[in-house]
Amino acid sequence: MANFDQELDASGLNCPLPILRAKKTLGSMETGQILRIVATDPGSVKDFEAFSKQTGNELMESGEEGGKFTFLIKKA
Amino acid sequence: MSDQKKLAIIATKGTLDWAYPPFILASTAAALGYETQIFFTFYGLKLLDKKLDLQVTSLGNPGMPMPMPMPVLVQALPGMQSMMTSMMKQKMKSKGVASVEDLRDLCLEAEVKMVACQMTVDLFEMDPKNFIDGIEFGGAATFFEFAGESDICLYV
Repeated sequence: MANFDQELDASGLNCPLPILRAKKTLGSMETGQILRIVATDPGSVKDFEAFSKQTGNELMESGEEGGKFTFLIKKA
Repeated sequence: MSDQKKLAIIATKGTLDWAYPPFILASTAAALGYETQIFFTFYGLKLLDKKLDLQVTSLGNPGMPMPMPMPVLVQALPGMQSMMTSMMKQKMKSKGVASVEDLRDLCLEAEVKMVACQMTVDLFEMDPKNFIDGIEFGGAATFFEFAGESDICLYV
């Protein structure tokens, strides 16, 4: 797992909250910084792909760890 | 700025379940960079009340999942609506689904523009003081000014 600058725990939250929280957190970060997100909503896997495509923030990694979904997003 | 995508939504329903689609879509669109506007008309105006008191009912909605089979006449008994409303709220909370209040706040925070249908306000003699701050009032032409330039236009 690569290094990251900030972490967001969106466990237990359902659509669209993980995306909204991620967007808000990215807003407070600098370009090039990396956000790690942990989520339990299975829909978030597809949603973070779509979020990344549409906002230009790069989805560097998407995985599963102990029943939770993890994402690394680099702020554009 | 002109290449920013636009989403226009008409919200016509004032129940707890149907409050979700406009606010979920608007808040998400805003997070994706859309300029977003919701036009609230008829019962949809209930979603603009400062103090939300949204209810849900299974009456006239055979598609609603029920914990147990229940004849329609039983569903119509006094108290059933508030019972279903609190059961639905509890279920949503346990599944991590945001409250309507929270989603609406997120929309406002993301500068989703909310327009109240002036005609409905007059028709039902609603008091604009009961609505949240920061909304605008307008009619069909106001809606089309934005919707005519939108990339996506939804009627909920």
